[in-house]
Amino acid sequence: MTRGPTWFNITSLVLGFSFLYLPIVLLVIYSFNESRLVTVWGGFSTKWYASLLQNEQLLDAAWVTLRVAFASATIATVLGTLAALILVRSGRFMGRSLFSGMIFAPLVMPEVILGLSLLLLFVAMGTARGFWTVMLAHTTFAMCYVAVVVQSRLVGFDKSVEEAAEDLGCPPVKTFFLITLPIILPGVIAGWMLAFTLSLDDLVIASFTTGPGATTLPMKIYSQVRLGVTPEINAVCTILVGLVTIGVIAASLVTKRQQVQRERDERAAFGADG
Amino acid sequence: MSEQTATPAKRTIGGKLLIAMPYLWLLVFFLAPFLIVFKISLSQIAVSIPPYSPAIDLAEGWQGLVEAFREFSFENYIWLTEDALYWKSYVSSVVIAAISTLFTLLIGYPIAYGMARSPQAWRPTLLMLVILPFWTSFLIRVYAWIGILKNEGLLNQFLMMLGLIDEPLVILNTNIAVYIGIVYSYLPFLVLPLYASLERLDGSLLEAAEDLGCPPWKAFWKITVPLSLPGVIAGCFLVFIPAVGEFVIPDLLGGSNTLMIGKTLWVEFFNNRDWPVSSAVAVILLMILVIPIVLFQNQQQKMSEKEG
Repeated sequence: MTRGPTWFNITSLVLGFSFLYLPIVLLVIYSFNESRLVTVWGGFSTKWYASLLQNEQLLDAAWVTLRVAFASATIATVLGTLAALILVRSGRFMGRSLFSGMIFAPLVMPEVILGLSLLLLFVAMGTARGFWTVMLAHTTFAMCYVAVVVQSRLVGFDKSVEEAAEDLGCPPVKTFFLITLPIILPGVIAGWMLAFTLSLDDLVIASFTTGPGATTLPMKIYSQVRLGVTPEINAVCTILVGLVTIGVIAASLVTKRQQVQRERDERAAFGADG
Repeated sequence: MSEQTATPAKRTIGGKLLIAMPYLWLLVFFLAPFLIVFKISLSQIAVSIPPYSPAIDLAEGWQGLVEAFREFSFENYIWLTEDALYWKSYVSSVVIAAISTLFTLLIGYPIAYGMARSPQAWRPTLLMLVILPFWTSFLIRVYAWIGILKNEGLLNQFLMMLGLIDEPLVILNTNIAVYIGIVYSYLPFLVLPLYASLERLDGSLLEAAEDLGCPPWKAFWKITVPLSLPGVIAGCFLVFIPAVGEFVIPDLLGGSNTLMIGKTLWVEFFNNRDWPVSSAVAVILLMILVIPIVLFQNQQQKMSEKEG
């Protein structure tokens, strides 16, 4: 389908992308608003960013959120990568369909149900709720996303490289770290980033599973939003949007460069062969 | 292909342990919690901590189990059918999700179509632009709309400046705001699978139709639409299923008379502290969602079989 873009197509793209981006752009612009009234422009100012630095509750919440996100993303990446390997490589085993069902179900499950069920589990186990329970809850739903991302990477994987290593007497664990992991690494990294941002974002599951002393940033933002829109929240949101944008663009540049490099290596290898 | 990768007999103890780890994790943190929700939905509310009286006490052994089955009460479920609030919430969630899905399709189709028809060099960038909002916080994207849709918000200011309206439109805290929020938040979910199926479409079919004198709009209806149907169906499910259980959007953008089951469950749990009833609400919500989820899985399976 490569014909020149028609006016209709260009218009629908422009309108579509303005719809997607305009709200975020407006939010960013109004975070620099001098006026306390969010919707009235009172001149440029960075005073809301300065006042953020004084808001200790918010900074505490941000710190809790980052710790939860880092820990849960890391554990979820290990578990999710294992789960993906099992789904793609293990053939048949007992309860395979239950396993794949449990991997895919959390992706479409409403958050209120996940949150409620995990909270009831923690209550039944008698666990004190706080940082750890939020972390466990986030790990559980994030590992399913990691599994799906890594799985798509594993499906297009040339197994003969692995087999060659094993035929040459390389032990399985070494094969995994020397061959399999480097090849699926872009998927694993993307999975970690997805898990990290999901945890950073989550309001509903954290609200159910948290306890005293472990208020996360989305919970803080949510409780302030309910009281009304303020430039201060706009400033927090702008910082978060900025961080995520930089992260995603950097990641996509890195994977692009790796891909170019790999293609060059492959071509060089085949060139040496023939 | 060597057979060593797929033979279970070769699996070592270490390999079994590796399988066991994520499996056990999901059994403990995903499956067990559901059984607990189901159990609590059958028990009674009590003034205690936790605020319910357990329906099964495993410490009492078999006798306790028999006792428990006799004491299971479906009272919470009966309560759900008696109080109009609940079934109205379920119906209105499904209706709101369906309307929003339709609008998402109407807005998403031209975008996906435009992307698939754009020059090859643009496509990675356009794809990236669709995915990027998906990475930014859901809460922030919903919050951004409050400032736009408010009575004295940016949309009303803009329309009044243009002289199109004299009085501000009341959009925030109505169902319209909820539709806008859902369409906006879930648009990438629909555009991505739709774009994938439109991009694969064989352009020579359209050229053949044109050569045979078929007008472009007719070729679109007879060729493009039927061939993109798998993408349309996948995208619609991906919007509809999570939208039914949505909490943040109806809570922040909807009004007090916007009924959605995710919000009802939240209120029941956090404000009324009625754990058994909110568990029963969750069980029924799950039963409603099982139908579209199974349909979606079947469709995906059929798709991958066709390709394989």
